[in-house]
Amino acid sequence: MSVETYKNTFRDLEKTLRGVGPAWVHSLRKRGLEKFLKHGFPTLRNEEWRFTRIKPLADAVFVPTTPSRTGGEAAGGEAAGAVAAVGADEIVARTFGDEGCRRLVFVDGHFAPELSRIDDLPEGILLGSLNEALQTHPDLVRPYLGELADVESQPFAALNTAFLHDGALVYLLGNVSLQDPIHVVFVSGGNEGTVSYPRTLVVAGRNSHATVIESYFGLKDGAYFTNAVSEIVCGENAEVRHCKLQRESESAFHVAMQHARIEHNGRFATENISVGGGLVRNDVVSILDGSGIDCRVDGLYLGTRRQHIDNHTFIRHAKPHCYSLEVYKGILSGKARGVFNGKIYVDPGAQKTDSKQSNNCILLSEDARVNTNPQLEIFADDVRCTHGATVGQLDEDAVFYLRSRGIPTGLSRDMLVYAFAAEVIERINVGRVRERLQHDLYDWLAGNPNG
Amino acid sequence: MKVKRILEVRDLHAGIDGREILKGIDLTVNAGEVHAIMGPNGSGKSTFSQVLAGRDTYAITHGEILFEGKNIIDMPPEDRAAEGIFMAFQYPVEIPGVKNNYFLKTALNSIRKHRGEPELDAMDFLSVLKEKMKTLKIDESFANRAVNYGFSGGEKKRNEILQMAVLDPKLAIMDETDSGLDIDALKIVAGGVNSLRGPDRAIVVITHYQRLLNYIVPDIVHVLMDGRIIRTGGKELALELEEEGYEEINNGAAQ
Repeated sequence: MSVETYKNTFRDLEKTLRGVGPAWVHSLRKRGLEKFLKHGFPTLRNEEWRFTRIKPLADAVFVPTTPSRTGGEAAGGEAAGAVAAVGADEIVARTFGDEGCRRLVFVDGHFAPELSRIDDLPEGILLGSLNEALQTHPDLVRPYLGELADVESQPFAALNTAFLHDGALVYLLGNVSLQDPIHVVFVSGGNEGTVSYPRTLVVAGRNSHATVIESYFGLKDGAYFTNAVSEIVCGENAEVRHCKLQRESESAFHVAMQHARIEHNGRFATENISVGGGLVRNDVVSILDGSGIDCRVDGLYLGTRRQHIDNHTFIRHAKPHCYSLEVYKGILSGKARGVFNGKIYVDPGAQKTDSKQSNNCILLSEDARVNTNPQLEIFADDVRCTHGATVGQLDEDAVFYLRSRGIPTGLSRDMLVYAFAAEVIERINVGRVRERLQHDLYDWLAGNPNG
Repeated sequence: MKVKRILEVRDLHAGIDGREILKGIDLTVNAGEVHAIMGPNGSGKSTFSQVLAGRDTYAITHGEILFEGKNIIDMPPEDRAAEGIFMAFQYPVEIPGVKNNYFLKTALNSIRKHRGEPELDAMDFLSVLKEKMKTLKIDESFANRAVNYGFSGGEKKRNEILQMAVLDPKLAIMDETDSGLDIDALKIVAGGVNSLRGPDRAIVVITHYQRLLNYIVPDIVHVLMDGRIIRTGGKELALELEEEGYEEINNGAAQ
């Protein structure tokens, strides 16, 4: 039923959408819509979705807000109101102290230049709104936009693509290095029944280097829907450090597809931090499409009350002599539910692949649950691939150790949970993000007594 | 001069899952004394030290543990630590992600808070820590390493001694501090313990082997067998044990 709603919404908006970017962009949209309508929302019968019931999302009606700043019409007024409601302080309060970072802010998917900072860019870097870049540099964007997002088999990538209208573009030509992190912020107004389609495209040319942090949060706790797609190309011998901070409101739906392709000798690291959201699904796909690649895929998810957090990761070793290491950690309390599915796929020619994966989860309450499923599919014969998963409670020996040193029970437990998460938090290469997360984790624990 | 009694254990019975391990221990330790409790595997050595430190997986079925005259049987481990009991673990726990200095500062300040003393700020704590590390000849890099994480066996035991020095307990229980150490590491650890001997502190060294007692010379030696202290004597008892073995001593005691 609701698939029809998206079809109707598309029809209503098509005139506006067609005006954004050249004709090939609109072809992408139409293909996205077609695939989405063909497959519809996945059900539990779909192997990739068998632990995540998205019926509440599929049944609800979501309407995009439009970028109009003047209109008093319902949706447009909401977007304009939301921009006014987001102050620079709000962004720092809800993400991290990003002073000194270049920043791109999108409110309900629409670029908010007044909240962004993209001045003083070195030569060879294009940073800004995708909408604008499609007008000024369409030929730069064309080879990459939609190249990685798999509209064929991922209905949510298809849906996002159908409504593609704006997003963040980070484009580095070869041999360009940007030391300061780039902060891409997607704010949702948070009104019930609204949907936004954040889109991010990162292209790091040969020998370039950049750090990109994506933040997602909502201003209100309505049942809104964020359907994000990020495409990342890490060129030959380039280094991309990527981190995603998801702090949506607890009634929100957050479904995000991240697709990265790494070329010869590239170094790519991504950390997926999931704190908020009611129903959260992350697909993190990394294609190692050259030899000599170093790839790190890490994640930390915190869940409480009735939050449902599903992380699906896929690492494909397509060429020989690559290294990948994946560490996902979950901390669940209340009636929270976690799902982890990590697949490592080694192509027939990808000899000397060295790949390790682990998923560890701590359950702080009786009612918290996690389903964890590591998968190795190896078609080369000279590789080293390992995976491991643990699910458990806190180590009581360790709790006793801390208590025997005078540390109260509650704090002892918090320290151990913190220590558990630290392996992932310490992977983040921006100190201020690490510090903020450490702080937030203690706050989170204070709100989820586990003694 | 009046002797200050630190620990008095009276007819202590304790066990786990309905199985009795400690079958009536009596022990009195005064300030300034170093006691050694020796016993073979399975005699109840580690159970005894865990029970003294407050591990609640063991059920105490009978008896009393008096610390400075106060029965502490129902006291949680963190309060015992605050009162001045410290146990050096046989197997110190690794805690990746928590730095030693943060851990120790949290521990010391928890204890100070419990005692109604002002907490130390980071600077004051650091100077305490540096002084202790210097006394114990411990490398300053220890402070910034994660607690016991990736430490060698010797480093873990030295870290226990460092914790003991910082927390400054009245009663220190060393649970098989010598296990797994080569002779050089053993000497270093024993040197650390000796530097912490003093008239106000009591130390109970629990060990299987006499070797450690060459370096930490005890005032009194007890032999623990099958959950009971079967003999008590001076430091020469340890040598006797070494020569004759636990079985002989046990037979002698039985006669």
